Amino acid sequence: MAKLDHEALLSSLRRQFDGQINELDRTFGLLTIETSKDAIIEVLRYLKTAPELQFIYLTDITAVHYPMNELSMAVVYHVHSLVNQTRIRVKVFLDGDKPQIPSATILWPGANWMERETYDFFGVIFVGHPDLRRILNVDEMDVFPMRKEYPLEDPNRVDKKDFFFGR
Amino acid sequence: MSDIKLAPAPPGVTGSGFFATTLDKAVGLARANSLWPLPFATSCCGIEFMATMGATYDLARFGAERPSFSPRQSDMLMVMGTIAKKMGPVLKQVYIQMAEPRWVIAVGACASSGGIFDTYSVLQGIDEVIPVDVYVPGCPPRPEAILDGVMRLQDIVRSESVRRRETDEYKALLESYGIYKHG
Repeated sequence: MAKLDHEALLSSLRRQFDGQINELDRTFGLLTIETSKDAIIEVLRYLKTAPELQFIYLTDITAVHYPMNELSMAVVYHVHSLVNQTRIRVKVFLDGDKPQIPSATILWPGANWMERETYDFFGVIFVGHPDLRRILNVDEMDVFPMRKEYPLEDPNRVDKKDFFFGR
Repeated sequence: MSDIKLAPAPPGVTGSGFFATTLDKAVGLARANSLWPLPFATSCCGIEFMATMGATYDLARFGAERPSFSPRQSDMLMVMGTIAKKMGPVLKQVYIQMAEPRWVIAVGACASSGGIFDTYSVLQGIDEVIPVDVYVPGCPPRPEAILDGVMRLQDIVRSESVRRRETDEYKALLESYGIYKHG
């Protein structure tokens, strides 16, 4: 059982960041909060350094594209408090046309590759990142493939029609 | 008398103490029965290739005794597995490093056509970057199918003209892949 319950965690965050924190949900026991791109680094710093929280382990940074939303790009941070045996998910919603957010590499050097991956697949610009370039896809790629703005398949292609496979 | 089978002699003229045939056929016979493979294995087809090289199926029976892990000393590039677009230039570089004459077998659905990976990051068949001589279907193909692919390649090698690699058609083929033989 987690040594730090959601209420204590939320009230600690609310005390520190009055009005800048929104609770989104607690699906599967994972507390999810939302904050703004102006506050995100301070929120992460507080989560990492506050003695009663100690979320010292950055599990992952990724993004989700919600093309139907006005703020269509969500950057998601998962952090883990090894001491308190609990995790928290922090989301920041950004303008999908120009998604920019400060880099977390000043807090965790390990954020470097996670942010490069998020840039590679979603085009999120991490301001202050030391080396923001593609990490998994070919360097010449000129799209961000995980955005939900491409047809799943080119409707004009004919090379994989059933006809060619005797179906 | 041992029961080792020798490769049949090519058609020619036999008399007492001599055998005459064409240079093409003699060279083809030698080449076809000493194809040194270069395995380029990226996924499950590579596991099937390991079985193919093993004692039960024994690719060595066909003159491929020595898997050459250096492209400089190999004749037959066997590409087994999904080739991501990022791997494409690497594969092409390996092909360019091989000495002529060189042949390519695309083993399995992924190397032949991209297979199930019909997606932005995967090459839809290695023939987008290098010329391929034999395609082996299957996902993954059984060792028998890989052996059959090698035997089909032996047929090609056996009947290849010794001048083929100097022809304009061959140069044009390589140039269509952006590979230039002299410089």
